[in-house]
Amino acid sequence: MRSTVARTARLGGVAVLAAWLLGAGGAGGPGAPVRTAVQRPEAVPPQAAPASAGGCEDRTPAPSRSESGPKVQQIKQRGTLIVGVDQNSYHWGYRNPQTGRIEGFDIDLARAVAKALLGDPDKVTYRTVPTAKRMEAVKNGQVDLIARTMTITCERWQEIAFSAPYFASGQRLVVPKAAKVTSLAQGLRGSRACVADQSSSQAVLSPGGNRNPYGTAGIRVVENQLDCLVLMQLGQVDATLTDTALAAAQAAQDPTVEQAGEQIAFAHMGIAMRKEDTDLVARVNQVLVNYRADGGWRASYDHWLAGSMGADPAAYLR
Amino acid sequence: MAAPAQTARAAPGPVVAPVPGPAAAPVPPVVRRAMAWPRRATRTAPARLRTAAVLLTALVLAFGALTAWQAAARARAAGQVVSHSQPLSQNAAEIYRSLADADATAASAFLLAGDAPQAVRDRYHGDLDTAARLLAEAAARAGSSSEAQQWVATLNRQLPQYAGLVETAGADDRQGLPLGGAYLRYASGRMQDTMLPAAQHLAAVEAGRLDGDYRAADSFPWAALALGLLTLVVLVRCQVLLLRRTNRVFNPGLLGASAAVLAALAWLTAGSLSARSGLADSRANGAVPLRTLDQARIEALQSHTAENLDLVARGASGTYTRQWSALTASLAGPPAADGVNGGGRSGGTLARARSGAPGEAAAALAEAQTLFAAWDDRHRTAARSNEQGDYDAALHATVGGTDASAESAFTALDQQLARAATAEQAAFTHSAKGTDGVLDAVAAGSAVLAVLAAAGVLRGLGRRLAEYR
Repeated sequence: MRSTVARTARLGGVAVLAAWLLGAGGAGGPGAPVRTAVQRPEAVPPQAAPASAGGCEDRTPAPSRSESGPKVQQIKQRGTLIVGVDQNSYHWGYRNPQTGRIEGFDIDLARAVAKALLGDPDKVTYRTVPTAKRMEAVKNGQVDLIARTMTITCERWQEIAFSAPYFASGQRLVVPKAAKVTSLAQGLRGSRACVADQSSSQAVLSPGGNRNPYGTAGIRVVENQLDCLVLMQLGQVDATLTDTALAAAQAAQDPTVEQAGEQIAFAHMGIAMRKEDTDLVARVNQVLVNYRADGGWRASYDHWLAGSMGADPAAYLR
Repeated sequence: MAAPAQTARAAPGPVVAPVPGPAAAPVPPVVRRAMAWPRRATRTAPARLRTAAVLLTALVLAFGALTAWQAAARARAAGQVVSHSQPLSQNAAEIYRSLADADATAASAFLLAGDAPQAVRDRYHGDLDTAARLLAEAAARAGSSSEAQQWVATLNRQLPQYAGLVETAGADDRQGLPLGGAYLRYASGRMQDTMLPAAQHLAAVEAGRLDGDYRAADSFPWAALALGLLTLVVLVRCQVLLLRRTNRVFNPGLLGASAAVLAALAWLTAGSLSARSGLADSRANGAVPLRTLDQARIEALQSHTAENLDLVARGASGTYTRQWSALTASLAGPPAADGVNGGGRSGGTLARARSGAPGEAAAALAEAQTLFAAWDDRHRTAARSNEQGDYDAALHATVGGTDASAESAFTALDQQLARAATAEQAAFTHSAKGTDGVLDAVAAGSAVLAVLAAAGVLRGLGRRLAEYR
């Protein structure tokens, strides 16, 4: 029974993605920006994803242009969109120390939503939300939505709502280039691995009990995935397993490390919203459709991510 | 000349008779002579006088020697307190403080990035310089204590690593990499988990040594006092006996000896009491309140570090909010349950430091308590902004260059704590200085008086002895 549910969900996920892929096709049109990023050979996109791992991507309401719902009205009256963001994910959501502004791929997305709802991409109030407080911030209405490399899972769907997927993700290994790692298993066997506390990577490496499926020599658990890069630079760990998006962010901050091996634990990132705000979710889904169609997604990808994730975003559109 | 002849005659005599029991084993001649000595020494009046003269002289000189030795040992310990263990203990506390200050300042400088004023950079580098200098001094002076050396070595090893991590954090931040913040948090973690505990241990070792020197310096010289009283009693008894035998009321020699012993006793008692009271004052107004004050300074600095790192973490960690709560609760007491504004805190290290502090230090600490309330308020305002996601407002309210920032309230608080520390150090020096001189004078004086007393004994009994010739 359980497996049936899972399969149904997976099929549904594939359907959503297929639709999404069609939408993304528009990005290659005349409005598509010129690719400026230099293709880096080490930033090979991960293998083609099989089905989605989350499986609840299809639960999201269909896109709608309607703005008559109570939540959308509330935002319009307030005149600003309150978005929960991260300040530490390089090229996704981070505070540029030079300008003091929060920038990145997720931030561009939030600005696109603000532009659609309020007519001005600058009408966004950013609230920093720590990883552990994301669910809480959405549920109690502290923020209208969260754009913060957040993975869509069925478990989370029980408490909050997600938009349609806007990025295909998973988990990847980050290792020093000097280690010459070619596969995930090779990179992890006998290594001192590093993962963030309470992350899905931690669940992959130590799935409970005394099991050690990848044969690591030891697992260092830290509060934030970026702490892993510090430890790797200081030679205290050999490999870091983290979200694909964050793995790319690490590689972007240190040219001597790379993402290596295949991507595992496929998942999708979505914009999180309150479960009751179905009007907002539907509206945001429409924004996402338009965002891909008008080339906004691609432009943002090229600006922030092409350098560390490869010039061709096809793998991340799945 | 006469003695050996006498011995030779006495030895085979019937003196051996009192040997009890059936064991008729032959007693060695040496033992027999020794056992016979008391009778021999008191058989005749001149012999008794001679014996008394020898015993009294020995007693008086022993008293003098014991007094000089005990007083000198206490003088040495008192000198050690003033010139060695208290400065070393305060140096260790200063190493601890400099490191905590460097950690807080590094976080401030990081938050201000390119806007960091020269004063902030200077303060950070000054802290590292002070710590390095004092560590070198501690390494040179710690001498015998291998425990202290071990902590000094740990700190010497860690200090350059810490500085390197802080530099890397700054360099990454200048390139716009969030990694910089992670580096700074890692550096601070090193400081909090390894270096500050090592510095705390070093301070505890030095504080223990100071306590030991205090104990040695202010233990009362009971042995010398007891021997002095015994000497005095024997001298008086001797004079009473002489009075009965000779009907001469005064023996100037013995009288002088008694006066000298009495004077030495009085000097010893007065000197010891005065030194003890000076040391007790230096401890009560200096060393002990300084210890509480040092703790308050460290807690204030660590609170400031936690406050800054919470902003450095930019929501990546909830550790620092918890640290702030725990540290400030220890520093100024837990906030009242309903304390929305002002916190309604009471108790804590600050209050303890104030209650034990002398005059000016207490005033400075009262001021510090007021400043803490302001700091606490401003911190709460900044934290509220941060919670609401207004990072820039939080940053400005925390380290912004205005007088209304949490940083400026902290700085003012730290200055008052420094003022209190100066006052308590002065109180220590004022009370403790000179105690070793007082005790040294007792040692020298009692030696001279004992020699005079011995001369008096010999002269007084010599007169009587001469009457038998």
